[in-house]
Amino acid sequence: MTTNPAFELVVRRHGTAVLRMCTAVLGPGHDAQDAWSETFLSALRGYPSLATGANVEAWLITIARHKAIDILRARHPVPVETLPQMAALPDGLGCTELIDSLHSLTPLQRQVIGYHYLLGFPYAEIPAYLGGNAASLRRAAADGIKALRQKHQNPEETP
Amino acid sequence: MNELETLKRDLATRAAAEGLLDVSYRLFDSPLGTLLLAATEQGMVRVAFSREDFDTVLDALAAKVGVRILERHAPLDGAARQLEEYFSHRREDFTLELDHRLSSGYRLEVQLALPAITYGHTMSYKELAASTGRPAAVRAVGTACATNPLPLVLPCHRVLRSDGALGGYLGGADAKRALLDLEQGPLG
Repeated sequence: MTTNPAFELVVRRHGTAVLRMCTAVLGPGHDAQDAWSETFLSALRGYPSLATGANVEAWLITIARHKAIDILRARHPVPVETLPQMAALPDGLGCTELIDSLHSLTPLQRQVIGYHYLLGFPYAEIPAYLGGNAASLRRAAADGIKALRQKHQNPEETP
Repeated sequence: MNELETLKRDLATRAAAEGLLDVSYRLFDSPLGTLLLAATEQGMVRVAFSREDFDTVLDALAAKVGVRILERHAPLDGAARQLEEYFSHRREDFTLELDHRLSSGYRLEVQLALPAITYGHTMSYKELAASTGRPAAVRAVGTACATNPLPLVLPCHRVLRSDGALGGYLGGADAKRALLDLEQGPLG
């Protein structure tokens, strides 16, 4: 193929994953919807110059990450010099599976995993946004990842 | 409408307002099945039948016009209304802004000659070739009809073989027959 697919097909294929990611980190509602819209509007601007055959999902997730962080920072002005580095994804949970299964978790597990693995915040910085303390948030994330891994290994079992 | 559909619709509206769209499209339910209608800023650029596979049609538009394509009804409401009227015997010809960029050369010339075949009438490929001043170009006329990006609006269904046989049609022989039958009915 000499060109990338029509943008409509990009929205159709990846719209749900991006919304799940935005919802995971920002909670359901207005902020997540704003992040989704800003992500796709920004993607649309850059799409004509995206290399043919590029990993569109990874590209969108990176844009969504920046948009979500922008919204979080506007909501909670916490001074941070640089954009956080993304944490390594847990073994056996690629980005898509992780995002697709987030909705099965508790709201806290979902948000901590979103902040840490998708947005890249170290646990020490997350209490500034979500309250609680780093140790309890780390535990919530570990429980969530454990649940995701079980679900992923036994996909027919619903938790 | 679910959350994602609403977000998609708002995205298309904002994208259009910022001049970011190469092509807007919508689906239209017709007696011939669902049609895809696509428009650029200049006008309607494509009418496609479902047997062409709409995702394939969108990717072809992406390659030939531009990748920034989203579903958006507003610029095609007029076209949908005129098609509605056509299919209910209330319209003989279309008055729409058209974008002819998908055709060029002799093909475009032939396609632009199609509206001269009026509602309820037919012409042979041979006669159409002659009407363009190139009586020997029968095959080229056939190709021009077969690759018409704006069927219905540019009425290639009114072109038949000299022996009266239907000839091909992008929408299928049944669709061509149905359109010719439709045009034999009285206008209301």
